[in-house]
Amino acid sequence: MFKKIIATVLLASALIPQMSAKDKLVGAGASFPAPLYYDWAYTYKKKTGNKVNYQSIGSSGGIKQISKRMVNFGASDKPLKSLELTNKKLLQFPAVIGSIVVVFNVNGIPDATLKLKNSVVADIFLGNITKWNDSRIAVDNPNLNLPNKKITVIHRSDGSGTTYNFSYYLSGSSSDWKSKIGTGKSLDWAVGLGGKGNEGVTNLVKQIPFSIGYVEQAYKSRNRMSAAVLQTASGKWVKAEDKNFKSAAAYASWTIEDNFYQMLALQKGDTSYPIVAATFILLPIENAGINQKVTKFYDYSFGKRGDRSAKKLGYIALPDATKDMIREYWNKHGINPR
Amino acid sequence: MKLSYSLKEMFFEHLTRFSALLVLLLLVAIFVILFAKAYPAIDAFGLSFLTENRWAPNLEIFGGFSAIYGSFFSTLIAMLLAVPVAIGIAIFLSEVAPERIKTPMGVSVELLAAIPSVVYGMWGLFYFVPLVRDFTGGNGLGLFTAGFILSLMILPFIAAITRDSLNTTPKILKESAYALGATKWDVIKNVMIPYAKAGIIGSVILALGRAFGETMAVTFVMGNVHNIPDSIFSAATSIPATLANEFNEADTELYYSSLFYLALILFVISFTIITLAKFFFLKRRKKV
Repeated sequence: MFKKIIATVLLASALIPQMSAKDKLVGAGASFPAPLYYDWAYTYKKKTGNKVNYQSIGSSGGIKQISKRMVNFGASDKPLKSLELTNKKLLQFPAVIGSIVVVFNVNGIPDATLKLKNSVVADIFLGNITKWNDSRIAVDNPNLNLPNKKITVIHRSDGSGTTYNFSYYLSGSSSDWKSKIGTGKSLDWAVGLGGKGNEGVTNLVKQIPFSIGYVEQAYKSRNRMSAAVLQTASGKWVKAEDKNFKSAAAYASWTIEDNFYQMLALQKGDTSYPIVAATFILLPIENAGINQKVTKFYDYSFGKRGDRSAKKLGYIALPDATKDMIREYWNKHGINPR
Repeated sequence: MKLSYSLKEMFFEHLTRFSALLVLLLLVAIFVILFAKAYPAIDAFGLSFLTENRWAPNLEIFGGFSAIYGSFFSTLIAMLLAVPVAIGIAIFLSEVAPERIKTPMGVSVELLAAIPSVVYGMWGLFYFVPLVRDFTGGNGLGLFTAGFILSLMILPFIAAITRDSLNTTPKILKESAYALGATKWDVIKNVMIPYAKAGIIGSVILALGRAFGETMAVTFVMGNVHNIPDSIFSAATSIPATLANEFNEADTELYYSSLFYLALILFVISFTIITLAKFFFLKRRKKV
């Protein structure tokens, strides 16, 4: 019996593929871009043999781990300001863009028909608007049959970059929100129920009739949910569609000097969707050799194939001009892989 | 030969002592770490953390009352629902049920205990929540739903252990009682339950510990909001659910240490409950 066990163990260990001498990078952080980073890492490994191991532990965890130099790169949904980057001796660049949509579950109101003013979204999440047939909703939706039902607000129960970007948008849309709740990764919500993660909010919105919530665009399309039409910063109606997300990204005024610090929510432009956010990569400033390996991975992933994966998974690839700027940033810090 | 024998003895003795001490050491170590990590929050909020309700991480305001309240009441609901039913199951299985259904029913109760808690949570969210919603008209998530799911999870623990302890009643005791003219009810009430009391109370304590610390299932169905529910059908949160939800993204020191403060409270409460229950039960037992 004992011999058999030993033999099995030996056989199993022989079957485990030998570790190659190729590069192995470890990154940790934001969960929102994790599906895309896995996909990119898979393609990259197939192409080059180099491994990238990304751990989706949340933005705060990513910042913590890279600050303590426990990983090769960190990832965060919330950009760090230059001062903080200098203090922690980090470099920062955006990797991909995502968008947040306001989803709802009301029978008979299909996707992309319900129009909600940005201030109305804030009032719903503040608990000031409690019924679906409230006159402030009805006034923009004369053709919809809005039910006389209570609205159940669904928000995140965990701290999240998604909440950070969503509350940033609400703070910019409503002074009431700004003074009462504010911007943050987890908030003192006025009303509603909490779901854990994007999938938790998705489940609750699908489960509870007459509910409203906010999720990453990828979750909306994967789960065939209905999203509201929102307003641009200047008040024009804008659907939650790819081209409108891209428009917001195109207006982003990144600069190398600021280490790409920029919020993409409520951007200029007549077709710019209001809740768009970039997710960022953080690198330790002193480690040029390893950084170059990390940038090599991102340089490869910024290519056509990476863009295709991004689109497939519901993200928006960075505009070409931004990618060029990132490469210039790498040059400036001596970590351009090319 | 003799020397090596006593050496072995000694080695074994020390090994067992070391293992026992290790547990004690772990307990103390956990307490110390929790306290040290919670200290910034204890320093900042003091005991008012226990009674304050507002939880606003972005404004650095933390109060643990809603989580403590939610933990306490969801566990209470679970115990109220589970204990009578579980003891009923145990009595049925050990004394009332005919021999041929004892085993299949007993096994199915034990199987309930083997279901992972996340499955209970999912089942609760997808099947039980809509039921509660239809019944109460609210959104279906909340204190009661969490308590109900918890009661299902602890039911098999109490039932299985209670059944086993009832089964340890010596046959001779039962038969003597029957010979004296006792009815089945008399035997259960006056012979078996007193005899098995230690096991029954033990199982209830175990179940209490599990319900109090349960995380995944509760997170699914409780609503996860930091407020004092206005009815048992309203959303609430519990200490473990708060920890599971918020630990990953606790980015400021005060936030982080407030979560540790909550963990410390959980630790102290469960420790106290179990100690009290043991104390109470041991005292009773000496009399018997």
